[in-house]
Amino acid sequence: MSGERRDGRIVIVGASLAGLRAAETLREEGFGGTLTLVGDEPRPPYDRPPLSKQVLLGRVRAQDVGLPGRRDVDARWRLGVAAVGLDPIGKQVLLADGERLPFDRLLIATGTRARPWPNPEEAALDGVMTLRTADDAARLAERLDAGPRRVLVIGAGFTGSEIASACRERGFEVTVAERGPSPLVGALGGALGALAATVQRAHGVDLRCGVTVTSLRGRDGRLIGAEFSDGSRIEADIAVVALGAVRNTEWLADAGLAAGPRGVACDAGCRAFNMYGIVTDDVFVAGDVARFPHPLFEYQILALEHWGNAVAQAEVAAHNMVSPGPCRRPHLTVPAFWSSQFGLNIKSVGVPTFSDQVVVAQGSLRERRLVAVYGYRGRVTAAVGVNRAKWLGYYQGLIETAAPFPPRPGAADPPASGVPVPSDVPSPQTLSHGPTVALTGHVPDRRLTLVRHD
Amino acid sequence: MQIVVDLNRCQSYAQCAFLAPQVFELHGEEALMYTPAVPDDQGERVRRAAAACPVQAILVGERAGARVR
Amino acid sequence: MRPDTLFQRITDYANRADPYPLYAELRENGVTRQTDGGYLVGTYQEIAELLHDPRISSDIGNRTDPDEDILRRPDPPAFIGVDDPEHDRLRRITMRPFGPPHSPGRIDALRADITRITDDLIGSFRDKDRIDVVDDFAYPLPVTVICRLLGVPFEDVPLIRAWTNAIIASFDFAPEKDDRDHQERLRAGMEARIAMAEYLGGLADTRRDRPTDDMLSALVNDAGPDGRLTREELKSTATLLLIAGHETTVNLIANGALTLLRLPQALRLLRDRPELMPNAVEELLRYEPPVHMLPQRTPLTDIEVAGVTIPKGARLILMLASGNRDPLRFKDPDHFDPTREDNQHFGFGSGVHNCFGAPLARVEAQIALSALVPHLAGLRPAEDPPPYRRSALLRGPRHLVIERA
Repeated sequence: MSGERRDGRIVIVGASLAGLRAAETLREEGFGGTLTLVGDEPRPPYDRPPLSKQVLLGRVRAQDVGLPGRRDVDARWRLGVAAVGLDPIGKQVLLADGERLPFDRLLIATGTRARPWPNPEEAALDGVMTLRTADDAARLAERLDAGPRRVLVIGAGFTGSEIASACRERGFEVTVAERGPSPLVGALGGALGALAATVQRAHGVDLRCGVTVTSLRGRDGRLIGAEFSDGSRIEADIAVVALGAVRNTEWLADAGLAAGPRGVACDAGCRAFNMYGIVTDDVFVAGDVARFPHPLFEYQILALEHWGNAVAQAEVAAHNMVSPGPCRRPHLTVPAFWSSQFGLNIKSVGVPTFSDQVVVAQGSLRERRLVAVYGYRGRVTAAVGVNRAKWLGYYQGLIETAAPFPPRPGAADPPASGVPVPSDVPSPQTLSHGPTVALTGHVPDRRLTLVRHD
Repeated sequence: MQIVVDLNRCQSYAQCAFLAPQVFELHGEEALMYTPAVPDDQGERVRRAAAACPVQAILVGERAGARVR
Repeated sequence: MRPDTLFQRITDYANRADPYPLYAELRENGVTRQTDGGYLVGTYQEIAELLHDPRISSDIGNRTDPDEDILRRPDPPAFIGVDDPEHDRLRRITMRPFGPPHSPGRIDALRADITRITDDLIGSFRDKDRIDVVDDFAYPLPVTVICRLLGVPFEDVPLIRAWTNAIIASFDFAPEKDDRDHQERLRAGMEARIAMAEYLGGLADTRRDRPTDDMLSALVNDAGPDGRLTREELKSTATLLLIAGHETTVNLIANGALTLLRLPQALRLLRDRPELMPNAVEELLRYEPPVHMLPQRTPLTDIEVAGVTIPKGARLILMLASGNRDPLRFKDPDHFDPTREDNQHFGFGSGVHNCFGAPLARVEAQIALSALVPHLAGLRPAEDPPPYRRSALLRGPRHLVIERA
């Protein structure tokens, strides 16, 4: 049994962080069969977090953000060609160049792409960009090197805010437009969103919240400015569209899987559900494209666009792909992410959007050094540190043990007021930026229509 | 030589920024920024930094997929 | 029934050469309450959690009964003895001339200097058949480096040494109640601390407006976003930097030499593969750390540790060296393995109070032991175990005489 699982053919679709770490784990755990990695980008795997930081600051070239390998993966790499279909019966992946890749087990790790600007004509203007890939970052960095007069960032999530931070650090004028009430509010809620707004303005960002960009104006095919829903307009020679991510699931449209705009649903062991909610045993999912139930958050199905989740889930998926049933592991890692912007180190554990209240447990918003703890119905569900990385492990323990919220006083550096306030997590529909953590309910797929044949 | 730092693990002890200051730097009080493709003359310093990391968050290796095509 | 508590046995000088069996007993017993009301923790997981627990104070002012420990504390306390946000403020200001983000290259730039001092010391005893690793090498190297870094004239080293010895000797945390020697050491330690602080304050005064290229000059002249230390803060801080900046490294280097003399296989490995030295130093920090315990922590509220409630205000002692040998955390914990990879030791503590000078100690120990390795073959300790220094907190040989085998 276990011998069988250690050979055969495994195909991994998606050759980024999750795909790479899964391939390494498969080999680490003794998989001796043939391994194929498919990636639509022509580059070998690379690390995305530096693209919105070091690369835009001009300190690191976009082509230099490759990932170190943990070990040799002895794989066939099919880079620069996208997967366009999956035949679940014949167990084949169809590639854009017509090749069919037969598999015994498949890992889906196709991740996400940047959500494009909805108006195609405006999106085609020279100077209108997105930031997701190394090529995107290279183009944007080149434009920044040329010294833009004003950069417009549309959407104030983490990516948008980090872009604005890099631009300000380089001395460029920046306008940030966000439909929601403040930056980062979709991920961190109202209190820290308000702090983010204060910080951006203190760093000279022209931050406009509660507005949308109604049009991007061009002349001779070049971007020259933008108009806002409040009637105001600006001139800008670069517009970075940072409206969140779209999951790469279109290629699975006819695969019969529980795959849709919110991702590919899987169980805690990373096995994909089919469209009827029945778990498969040869198709696995990991990384940004996956959504999975998490016991700490009432088994709601979570979709996480996090670096750490890509690594951890890939490791679990790979382990389970080569392990017999009783030896399989659940993916239970507490979600965690970080962002650095405007000189602040923001780190999160748990799911801040799974909350009804928030309290500053240590430090102060004014000093911009603090730990905010989030609670849901009287238990701790998340904590966010701002320049307070060394304390977060303690709060992770509170999340893991479902400790009572608000946490009892007694911590050093107590805040002036330790009174919880509503966490003010807005509905994602009211924001420009997509939240990087999405609670997607308990249903593994879009609703099926039940047809009765009497 | 290529590096990646698991910034979820990182707690900003900054040992890497002391030991290989041309590759790792603190941006503000706590945020770590680093050069993923290590310059040849910094390899020894980076290895020392990786050994010294109190949370062992620094992965040093050859660039994955570098020999692909 | 032993009349002594486990802590008294750990601090008993008779057990200095090998406290590790006592640590095994401590881990076996779990969290133990001592007859004096203090609590001892020696298991890795629990120590790790407590070091990151914001409810644990480093300020002995929060102890219900701080007894004589309060006498050992300077006024105002240095950052080692206070909590956030004050701890963080003092540490940030002190970090400005020492490391990143403001002075990122400072320690790296010392490498050449440290290498030269090391080579000079080795040159001076290369041809001798008998040397004292402590007096001839492990002591002079770090004291020279820290004096240069802070801006203390080298000719004052004898003064520094006398004060430091008196202060460290007063760190005796489980004395016999009516031990008159202890009372005398306590008094002498307090006097030395005041004298040293006064000396450093005076030195800093001479640099005001006439800066030289050292930390005292920077601390007294440069103001960052948090401003400057007050004169009293600077005295306490500089005293801490000067003592902690060499005392622990002396022990690290001497413990390292002794470990390699005892383990010829490890010595050979490092001779053949010198690139392993950074890992070997980390392993040394786990296996024979220079700081064995953090004796001054206090819960700010009742806390539960491994099923035991430790009341607010109690004295909490974290036995770092015991956590470093916890078999639940480290494979083969009593084996010194320079190639060990999974090695998140407590050699420099952890959490917000992690050792300020760790990068400097690392660089010094790496350079010193790398230079020493080629000379240790064929030598052996004249006495094993060597005579140890008094302190159970800062543990290391008083002398380590080695000679041709």
